[in-house]
Parts: sequence; C-alpha cells; structure tokens
Amino acid sequence: MKTSPSSNGESLGHRSASLRRRHLIAALFKALCIGFTLFAVSVLGLLIAQVGADGLPWLDTQFLNNFPSRFPEKAGIKSALYGTLWVVSLTALIALPMGVLAAIYLEDYAPASRLTRVIEINIANLAGVPSIVYGILGLAIFVRFFGLERSVLAGAMTMSLLILPVIIISSKEAIRAVPSSIRLAAYAVGATQWQVVRSHVLPAAIPGILTGVILALSRAIGETAPLIMIGALTYVAFTPEGPMDEFTALPIQIFNWASRPQAEFHELAAAGIIVLLVVLLTMNALAVFIRYKGTQK
Amino acid sequence: MNTRDDAVLEARDVTIRYGEQAAVKNVNLSIYEKKITAIIGPSGCGKSTLLRSLNRMNDFIEHVTQDGEILYRNTNLYGEGVDPVEVRLHMGMVFQRPNPFPKSIFRNVAWGPTINGLPGDINLRVERALKQAALWNEVKDRLNDSALNLSGGQQQRLCIARALAMEPEVILMDEPCSALDPVSTSRIEDLLFELKQNYTIVIVTHNMQQASRVSDYTAFMENGSLIEYGDTDQVFTRPKQKRTEDYVTGRFG
Ligand SMILES: Nc1ncnc2c1ncn2[C@@H]1O[C@H](COP(=O)(O)OP(=O)(O)O)[C@@H](O)[C@H]1O
Ligand SMILES: [Mg+2]
Repeated sequence: MKTSPSSNGESLGHRSASLRRRHLIAALFKALCIGFTLFAVSVLGLLIAQVGADGLPWLDTQFLNNFPSRFPEKAGIKSALYGTLWVVSLTALIALPMGVLAAIYLEDYAPASRLTRVIEINIANLAGVPSIVYGILGLAIFVRFFGLERSVLAGAMTMSLLILPVIIISSKEAIRAVPSSIRLAAYAVGATQWQVVRSHVLPAAIPGILTGVILALSRAIGETAPLIMIGALTYVAFTPEGPMDEFTALPIQIFNWASRPQAEFHELAAAGIIVLLVVLLTMNALAVFIRYKGTQK
Repeated sequence: MNTRDDAVLEARDVTIRYGEQAAVKNVNLSIYEKKITAIIGPSGCGKSTLLRSLNRMNDFIEHVTQDGEILYRNTNLYGEGVDPVEVRLHMGMVFQRPNPFPKSIFRNVAWGPTINGLPGDINLRVERALKQAALWNEVKDRLNDSALNLSGGQQQRLCIARALAMEPEVILMDEPCSALDPVSTSRIEDLLFELKQNYTIVIVTHNMQQASRVSDYTAFMENGSLIEYGDTDQVFTRPKQKRTEDYVTGRFG
C-alpha cells in the first residue's frame, strides 16, 4: 500500500500531497493571525494618533489647572480629574476590603455547600451585569434612600458595587492559587485558621489580589453610565473638598466637550482622553509592577 | 497486640470513611513511646488516612467521618472539648512532599513556636531544631535565604526541623522519603535513629527495606484493614498472616 504518507522504507524528500497541503494550511493560518493582529493594532494606533494630533496642542498646565469654561482657550479639566481621583480612591477604600474579605470567606471559610455554590455563581453573573444597571441601583439606594445626593460618596459606592464582583473573583483566584500543602504545613505546627490566612494565604495571594483590584479600578475610571445615572454633574467649577461634595468625572467631561458643535471643544475632548489614558496606563503599569514584584520572591 | 503501659497513642476500632467509602476499617493499633512504628501496605490501603487521623488532619478533608476512638494518654483526641489545634502541638507532622513555607529558612522553623508563644530564646530553638534535623551545618550561614532554594532532601529535613521546633511528643511522617533521592533518603533514615531517643515516631512507607531497617514495630495494612501488627523482626521474618508474608516477600523479590 502506498497511501500512507510515512510508509516505511521510503527515503525522505518526497513530501506527499497531503503533507504539502497541511503545510499550506499552517502557513495560511499564520498569515491570517498576523493580518488580524496588525489590523487591530493599526486601528488602535490610528485612534491614538488622531487623539494625539487633536489633543496634544491643548495639553498644558493651564488645561490641567483650569475649570471648564464656555471659552475653549480657558477651559480645563481640573474638576473632572480631581473628581475621578476622588471617586477612584474612595472606591478603592470601599471595594478593596469588602472584596478581599468576601473572597477569603468564600475560599477558606465557607462550607462547600449548595448555598455557597449559588452565591459564587451569582457573583460571577453580577460581573456581567451592564454598568447602567448598577447606576440605577446606586440612584435608588445611595442617592435617594440613603440621601447621599449626587456626592462623590454616592458615586464611589455605586462604582464599588460595579467592581466588587470582579474583585471577588480575581481575589478568589489568587487565594486558590496558594497551594493547600502550605496551608496544611501551617496547621500541622498548631496554627489557627486566622494565623494560616494572615501569615501564609494572604502574603502569597496579595500580588494577584492587587493586580485584580487595580484592573477593576481602571475599569471603573472609564465608566460613565452609572455616574450619569446617579446624577454626576456635567459642569462643575470646583474640586470636591470632601466625600459629600458634588463632582464630575473625566469621561463625563470628555463626553460633554465632544457633544458640542465647535471644533475646539472636540480637540479639548481629545486632550481629556489623553489625560484619561495617562491615568489608566499609570494604574495598569502599577498592576504590572506589583505582579512582577510578586513573582520575584 | 495487647495494650501496654507505654502506649502513647491507641487507635480503638477506628473506621474512617470518605463519604460512604470506608478507607480505614476497624483498626486497633498502639503506638509505643520512643519507638518507631512503620505502617506499610499497598498504595491506597488507607495508611495516610490512618496517619492523618492521629493529629486530626482529616478535619480539613470534606465529608470525612470517623468512628472509634484515638486515645492519647487516655484522652480521646476526638472527644468533646478537645481542640484540634492543641492536638497538633503534641503530634508533629512531616508530609510526603517537602512543603516548606515560601519564606526564609529561619522563618520556616521559627513560625510555629512564635505563633504558639513557646518559651525560651527563639534563635536557640531554631538552632537546636536544625541541628536535630542534621541540617544546621548546611544552612547556618544562610538562615535568611529562601527555603525554596534548598534541595529536595534539605527541604524535607527543614520540614522535619519545623516539626521538631515545636517539641512535640509524636512525629507523624507520611512517606517522607518518597520524593527524595537515595542519598537524601539514607540521611533521613539515619536521622530517625537519632530522633528515636526523644520522640515517638510513626512513619508510613511503601518501601519495605526502609520499614525493616528503621522501625521497631510494623503494621501491615491492606484494603483499610490492619492485617498484622508486631515487632518488625517478627513481621518480616515470621509473619503470622499469609497475606503479610505474600506482601513482604513479594516485594523483596
Ligand atoms: N480526600 C479523599 N477523598 C476521597 N477519598 C480519598 C481521599 N483520600 C484518600 N481517599 C481514598 O481512601 C483510600 C485510602 O487512601 P490513602 O489513605 O491515601 O491510602 P495510602 O496512603 O495507603 O496510599 C483510597 O481508596 C483513596 O482513594
Ligand atoms: Mg499515602
């Protein structure tokens, strides 16, 4: 029989038609992958180049230090930048301890019961709920019911709801990655569960937890819908002084400028996008750095 | 074998189940003071399960139920009001795979005594434990290095030192050499003879030569049941049970 491509006793160098065809398919697939990657990267590059060309000329200390204005030359992003930093910091303060403690409970304490499973599945589902829904919830609960008005705090609590599922899920994964042999070793020298968690589980899981938290926070920075829903203002000529002050945020300000007819405001929007991107990239760099530090030890 | 006064631990009619499946069936076994007791038997016969019941490590496995009593100097380890954390202070454990903490060599040994507030100078305690584990000379100049940089055999001796630093009465070892090379294995076997002066040791092993070399008593298990228990000499040379003989001679070839 000569059909088998590897029939014994035949010398090399006679590639069968089928083998040649398979090599062709492999090459095609590779080209396809490269093509799509290039396409995605160049679209992104084009976007950034466009934003840079429009926005960079406007990006100066005056832009960072001025409040919004009817006159494009005077308009700045200070209130939005401060508003975003306020909201993100408060969100971190609220969501980080809650999310991490919930994750520790679910991984190390909760009995492997049906209820636990239901809770875990629901948390995973919550991570996929559209952000506008959290906005409605925040409006009903924090703004109206708790009477927090359109404050930074109301915004931060709404954002915390939004990112809690993501934080819990990523923290759970980081905690689960700590080998059980380490836990058992600690128990075997007479540790209590809290001592095991504090001295072995948390230290090993913290790089992963922080990476997840920062990525979740950078998602929160870009979110606009929930903030609009709870009534964050579009025109704010002051920076928040405390958690109960009104505020605006970068994406809201950007949207506001972009929706005006004058071309100058569109360029201001581009400058705002650059500021937003810088904040995002800084946070992602921090996440990468923490992860890198974590794998060093 | 009848109960004697010098029994530190006594399993009485111990049955351990994973769900419905019994992994240890009606085992009666006495562990004698300052002796080495080996538990041998084919893989899956329940050796590890039985060993873990002696320091309540089965508590961490879901759906485990246990009948019978385990007496430690006449107190049932599973009795009401017994704190499993306290049980583990008396019963140290060394695991099958070396599992040092991803921390410094010093911290590995010092952590247990520290969290338990054991008295005395911690540096001396760490040094003593590392010496007893025959590791001191190799690590004394780098106590602050990560334990993960040690070789497998050194890591296992570190784990032994970690257990010794707690000054337990009993040390439970679950196939402590199965992940090690022959040289490291013989170092640990030598170590066992030293430790016997001060500690009661229970060692699970599937290595027949190891059991016959190091132990004073040998328990042979099969399918969750204790088939034979007695002097190591007797079990290996004049086994009373046919199944013990088959197993022991079969492995010797
Ligand atoms: N965590 C567990 N869950 C369910 N069954 C287990 C578990 N651990 C061990 N078993 C079962 O119990 C029996 C005894 O296991 P083990 O004590 O580990 O045996 P050995 O140490 O002698 O190899 C085996 O049949 C094993 O499959
Ligand atoms: Mg085993």
